[in-house]
Amino acid sequence: MAIDSKSEERIETRSQATVRFAGDSGDGMQLTGNQFTKTNAVYGNDLATLPDFPAEIRAPTGSLPGVSGFQISFSSNDIHTPGDNPDVLVAMNPAALKTNLTDLIKGGLLIVDADEFKPLNLRKAGYEKSPLEDGSLAAYQLISVNITQNNERALEDLDLKPKERFLSRNFYALGIILWLFNRPLETVERWATDKFSRNPIVLEANLRALRAGNAFAETTELIHHRYEVAPAEVAPGTYRHINGNEATALGLVAASQLADIPIFYASYPITPATDVLHELAKHRNFGVKTMQAEDEMAAVCAAIGSSYAGSLGITGTSGPGLALKSEAINLALMTELPLVVLDIQRAGPSTGMPTKTEQSDLLQAMYGRNGDSPVIIIAPATPGECFEMAIEAVRLALTYMTPVIYLSDGYLANGSSPWLVPSIANFDPIPNNYKEVVRDGDSAYDRDPETLVRRWAIPGQKGLEHRVGGIEKSFETGNINYEPSNHHKMTLARAQRIAGAVRDIPDQVVNGPEKGDLLVLGWGGTYGAITSAVTQAQEEGMSVASAHIRYLNPFPKNLEEILNRYETILIPELNNGQLSVLIRALYNVDAIPFGKISGQPFKIKEILGKIHHVLGHSKSFKFDFEED
Amino acid sequence: MINKTIGNKKGEILSGEEIPVLTRKDFVSDQEVRWCPGCGDYSILAQMQKMLPALRIPRENIVFVSGIGCSSRFPYYVESYGFHSIHGRAPAIATGVKAARPDLSVFIVTGDGDGLSIGGNHLIHILRRNLDVTIILFNNRIYGLTKGQYSPTSDIGKTTKSAPLGTIESPLDPVRLALAAGASFVARSVDRDTTHLESILYKAAKHKGTSFVEVYQNCNIFNDGAFSAFAEKNVRPEKMVYLEHGEPVRFGKQREHGLRLDGFTPEVVENATADSGLLVHDIHQESTALASILSTMDYPDYPVPVGIFRQVERATYEDQLEMQVAQARENQPPELQDLIAGQETWVVG
Repeated sequence: MAIDSKSEERIETRSQATVRFAGDSGDGMQLTGNQFTKTNAVYGNDLATLPDFPAEIRAPTGSLPGVSGFQISFSSNDIHTPGDNPDVLVAMNPAALKTNLTDLIKGGLLIVDADEFKPLNLRKAGYEKSPLEDGSLAAYQLISVNITQNNERALEDLDLKPKERFLSRNFYALGIILWLFNRPLETVERWATDKFSRNPIVLEANLRALRAGNAFAETTELIHHRYEVAPAEVAPGTYRHINGNEATALGLVAASQLADIPIFYASYPITPATDVLHELAKHRNFGVKTMQAEDEMAAVCAAIGSSYAGSLGITGTSGPGLALKSEAINLALMTELPLVVLDIQRAGPSTGMPTKTEQSDLLQAMYGRNGDSPVIIIAPATPGECFEMAIEAVRLALTYMTPVIYLSDGYLANGSSPWLVPSIANFDPIPNNYKEVVRDGDSAYDRDPETLVRRWAIPGQKGLEHRVGGIEKSFETGNINYEPSNHHKMTLARAQRIAGAVRDIPDQVVNGPEKGDLLVLGWGGTYGAITSAVTQAQEEGMSVASAHIRYLNPFPKNLEEILNRYETILIPELNNGQLSVLIRALYNVDAIPFGKISGQPFKIKEILGKIHHVLGHSKSFKFDFEED
Repeated sequence: MINKTIGNKKGEILSGEEIPVLTRKDFVSDQEVRWCPGCGDYSILAQMQKMLPALRIPRENIVFVSGIGCSSRFPYYVESYGFHSIHGRAPAIATGVKAARPDLSVFIVTGDGDGLSIGGNHLIHILRRNLDVTIILFNNRIYGLTKGQYSPTSDIGKTTKSAPLGTIESPLDPVRLALAAGASFVARSVDRDTTHLESILYKAAKHKGTSFVEVYQNCNIFNDGAFSAFAEKNVRPEKMVYLEHGEPVRFGKQREHGLRLDGFTPEVVENATADSGLLVHDIHQESTALASILSTMDYPDYPVPVGIFRQVERATYEDQLEMQVAQARENQPPELQDLIAGQETWVVG
């Protein structure tokens, strides 16, 4: 235990800390969280973050639905998730306290803006009496600060309206937190100086607020000790921060360069996929053409049109949009054109909960179209991995002349972690099926006899004039063909072509013992929670391994053999058991489905609890939110 | 890179390219035409195949895109690149084709059901965006392929299998819709007047921007004679007005009648003279007011106007897109590794 000589406060060293900022959606909690994240990243912690924002852009101020949260977990060790429960909660108003308090660990540090606990705000949050005064927070270390008033005072001589002064309270709160974790102000100051360079008064206000909060924390008697989370031992190299949507977009730009084919990205705004459009729209200088389409069908069709014309047609959406695109995806399948469809999944069905995460489009991606219509399906496991998997989506679409559905989710899309910046020189060029030379007798439906993939005959190629369409085509000529034998043959050929892609996907890897009592099988954004829980179970001496599937159709060729090496298969998913259906049907394995459908990601302890239960170490398992 | 933009003006080829001398039969594909005998579609196909050589564009640079319906079989019969897509989506597919490859000459073939019902949204938006493509909307005021249901252009009261007591829905006028959507080229023709049709198709193809051509097309099975009251050869001069840019709007066997405006209402002047104050047609007006007034002339209250309603110059979507790409490249040459690294990095070890 170190002693800070100046303030004589104790500094407690911890391997990990989890902090949640919560406030009204106008209080700038996402910005605050991001700045704290950046500071810790630059400091050298491993970390993971999770924003949790309301569906309403501006719900009524002070209301429960208007609460916006941002959680960060940072550590001196390897870390895979943003943490189960916060150790520190910053609540900027009563509504934020009400909606977040149950998650705070008992004995955790609770920092509130006391000025906001006014009768009106308390009423809006459904408090009859102020929780700051009725003893109901006795289980926590309550630090009640007059953030608003203190901040006003620090800014009083600036030419700002009271409302504008109010807007910098989040910097005051950030100043407190930075002191609490013994972090320098420098990273935030540098960012603010750049961000507000055109608005010196706002810059001054934010810097003053930050420093005032920091100074307050240092001098107040309320905060008894500080925490130190040492830098993690991470692989050497250049790092940056990245979230899943950014990584997806950058992966697509990289894939376009690796394939030497320009991107055409058409998309209709939909949460949580829209940021991919925002990101790609910035990169016209890479030849990226983006289009905000009039609807989901137009978006996918424009992408297909561009692929037909020789571009890399890509569209992005979320569950409801995937449903609208399904007819067109089959058109791309039927016409044997490359197409990448990003589905950044959210809680469904129907509109569901747009800002909440879920993995419930797997069966839609697999089977949600008319006819027998197999497509390639892949899913990234971490925000950073979205980069590589986006490249994989493009590679497989171009190699197999097929739609590829890329299943990310809201958790990956908005969650971020430090990312070792890859060197693009380490990636292989991506080949395609275009052939420059047209010989006499060549046709647009010339197929590779092994892969059954046809050539990419694009307009402008003399001698390959041909017609494509959604009507069944002759296997040989591509002309319309209604013959029973041909449809049978073509249906099998389409299945064989996609199944054959297995030759181009890597083998499944296993984390843990090669055989044992239990295999925890997962896919997509649950990677962090599963890996952490399984690692913990292994440390507790259990015979448990995990395998995380990135290639969902076709599955890796060694998957069946892996499944057979374990007594029991447990499949945690943020849905009601969709991968379980596929695994059971394909491999006749009695897998145990473990679904969480709350719109929230798995906590480590939930998966660990289920592992205990499955292996007979506990009698039952329930989620906290489930009633008895 | 696969796509090299080799030119982007419809109807023109860059100098140095070999200009092909093609004939009508060069555009006839080996596919058997499967429309009902006597269908108006045959005429539209024939005029198109006659017109295409005049554009002097190599066949391989021409793409026909269609949706679903009788008319949408069209691409199979033209020897060029063709895409028979899904119901209503041809404008969206074509948008992708043209945005990716401005050098291609793109035609969209659609019908009143395909283009105005299931695909109405896409039609509006391609007209608004002004991609340099040519849209031919076959309007037979009926669903043919599904065997005789009323369409969004069917007359009110029309009895069909899906409206045995008569439809209670007001029809949509494609020309009015196109004008409202800001189309830079709007025209109308009829299948029976082959000379006029061919000339309108040519002008539409030459226009830089989205060209919208409504063609009244007879479905001799489910809606026979829908247009015969004014489109048959013997009544045409009296019942149709051929709009000509810069000319007074006249009709009649000797062009003896004309039209003038009474406020915002068109008025027929029989045996008009030079002093009758006849309306002079101007297709280049930026305002759609005149074209809109003309488009309200419905049969039998008025003779039916055909020809070009409006033709204005407007930047195309794909040109602006290319410009943004070029400008962005100039402002910031692409450096992939820098992009991946982003603005803020830190080094470990």
